[in-house]
Amino acid sequence: MKVVVAMSGGVDSAVAAARMAESGHDVIGVHLALSSNPQKYRSGARGCCTIEDSHDARRAADMIGIPFYIWDMAEEFHDGVVENFIEEYANGRTPNPCLRCNEKIKFAAVLDRAKTMGFDAVATGHYAQMRETEYGRTMHRAIDPAKDQSYVLAVLNKEQLDGALFPLGDTVKDDIRVEAKKRGLYVANKPDSHDICFIPSGNNAGWLRDRLGSENGPIVDEEGAVVGQHQGAYTYTIGQRRGLNLSVPTEGGTPRYVLKIEPKTNTVVVGAKEALAISHINGEKAIWCGPQPESGKSYRGFAQVRAHGQPLPCEYRTDGVSIVADLDEPLLGLAAGQGLVIYDGDRVVGSATVSATE
Amino acid sequence: MAIYLDHAATTPMLPAAIDAYARQMAEIGNASSLHSQGRAVRKSVEESRELIARAAGCDASEIIFTASGTEANNLAIKGFYWSNPSKKTIVISSIEHHAVMDPAQWLAEHEGATVIEIPVTPHGVIDCEELKKIVEAHRDEIAVIAVMHSNNEVGTIQPINEVVAIAGDIPVHTDAVQSFGKVVFDFKSLGVTSATISAHKLGGPLGVAALILKRGLDITPLLHGGGQERDIRSSTVNAPGIVSFAAAVDQSLMNLRENYFQVSSLADLLRQSVQEKVPNARINGLSPDALPGIVNVTFPGTKNESLLVLLDRAGISASQGSACSAGVQRPSHVLLAMGLSEDEADATVRFSLGSTSTEADVQALSTVIADVVKKATL
Repeated sequence: MKVVVAMSGGVDSAVAAARMAESGHDVIGVHLALSSNPQKYRSGARGCCTIEDSHDARRAADMIGIPFYIWDMAEEFHDGVVENFIEEYANGRTPNPCLRCNEKIKFAAVLDRAKTMGFDAVATGHYAQMRETEYGRTMHRAIDPAKDQSYVLAVLNKEQLDGALFPLGDTVKDDIRVEAKKRGLYVANKPDSHDICFIPSGNNAGWLRDRLGSENGPIVDEEGAVVGQHQGAYTYTIGQRRGLNLSVPTEGGTPRYVLKIEPKTNTVVVGAKEALAISHINGEKAIWCGPQPESGKSYRGFAQVRAHGQPLPCEYRTDGVSIVADLDEPLLGLAAGQGLVIYDGDRVVGSATVSATE
Repeated sequence: MAIYLDHAATTPMLPAAIDAYARQMAEIGNASSLHSQGRAVRKSVEESRELIARAAGCDASEIIFTASGTEANNLAIKGFYWSNPSKKTIVISSIEHHAVMDPAQWLAEHEGATVIEIPVTPHGVIDCEELKKIVEAHRDEIAVIAVMHSNNEVGTIQPINEVVAIAGDIPVHTDAVQSFGKVVFDFKSLGVTSATISAHKLGGPLGVAALILKRGLDITPLLHGGGQERDIRSSTVNAPGIVSFAAAVDQSLMNLRENYFQVSSLADLLRQSVQEKVPNARINGLSPDALPGIVNVTFPGTKNESLLVLLDRAGISASQGSACSAGVQRPSHVLLAMGLSEDEADATVRFSLGSTSTEADVQALSTVIADVVKKATL
């Protein structure tokens, strides 16, 4: 197969590239430049598209012996991921930009370009597995539960997944580092990247404030009584307890949590922990990673709402465009905008964007 | 072996230059030392300087060896600016190489300079009427005017004689890195104040270049130290590099006419075959006065990121026009200055031929180009 490996400059994508090349595929490495004004150096575990990272990716490709190129996807990334991130926060929702990046960049812009150029697939260093099952070629959790990234890949439809390869899904992360060392890849000990790559400071609230302004507003309790002030509703997340600085304590001093964010009135609603509990999730814009479940029929499965969240036993059904999940046990705190991913055992069924909860 | 159509980036070293380099590397001695070994090295360096001076139409004492064309351009721009503290304006063409553009910009950002750019025609030649207006309006403020002898991306040769006439007594610097050894270049008859030439663009080694600076003129150095090179460029003299540079100059100048006609007829063939295979391809910088070997082509609807990957996979080495250390290409400022849109600039590739290019090279490109363009069209 002719394969484009997306190489971030980290250890995972370097090993992915090495494995693809070793198994005899015709491989090129591509580093995606996602910022038009990249930082020179990495700072700790933050960011992933500095000039230093692109150098690391190039050196890994040299050592593996594959051609290496840099593709400038800064404009696509800004329009498809960064703008969406800001807009979602402005609407009081909590987006996951890694989902959007996989959906709009890696397995859309890059895959489309690769296919036009005559390549068959895009491989990445994501931890997930593609397997042949009774449902055809389907996506499954990686064997390393701590690293499993099937959640952030669940936004890919069948066609996109048909052009996707995840060569690391059958190995645990520690072994990938050992393998990188054995292969002589000097990125073997490079720290994993966390946080949001386009906010290298790690200060998401400050970054959003610079772009959305900071309009002070009230923090109210469930009855509507003002109990504090905030500096921009979008800097809060559902379920957040710390940093509220409430001026009016509750009777008995029980802690309060963010229950709701109302962007139109610029209001943050807080209340008791119990009020966060939800067991009914509505998701819109459903995407199916394999066969689409029959409309109207109920299925048993698992719902996951965060990248490294627990799989929650549930009953789910769909009308084709949205997914409704009823959880067996209530969940505390879920923001609109997050991804709802449905699993059948370790198989990813599909995903939707959380629109409402009860 | 891959077919090399990127001679404007760097040329293969000539066998004579490799021999000279190797021979001089075997010699011991610092050219500044008084002893016999030092004197022997000094002699080789000075003979090389004289040979290069004859070829460039300047005095031997006007040649200041540097480690790169970029260094020579920086030395000229910053040197003229720092030597004339009362003159705060730098005039450059809008299609200069980054090695001229960026030091000017740096002086603007850090030392209060004002940079004025001379616009170019859609064919990539500076507009002398505009330059006249700029000079009339700012005559007493201009520290230096820099206009490249020929452009590295599209190959157009600039009217330097006219620039010199307009400039009057304002210093004129010309970056002749792409021209020297490929077309007629004569420092004295051009009348410029300084010029940059480089070894690796004419079959010499990397890491050696020169600023030709008029006799008697002392500009502020970038490097301070042992006082070599007229006290304008301190550093131990790079004898092997200089000797090899001279060997390459000797060969290139001896074969200049022959190379010129051979390379330009190959370039014509390349243009013809590309336009035959890809009828909507557009050639940029078509000018009667141009370097023989540069062919700059826009393939509408493509991305050059894809074109270059596909050409590379087909065994053909070409480039976007100017290399960038971070590897991320911005749309070429040269093409934008010529009036191309960002999308058009992003759909453009430079093929450049040299004295070692053959008809088979052009044929190889001709065979694959239609398919490459098709696959690079989104």
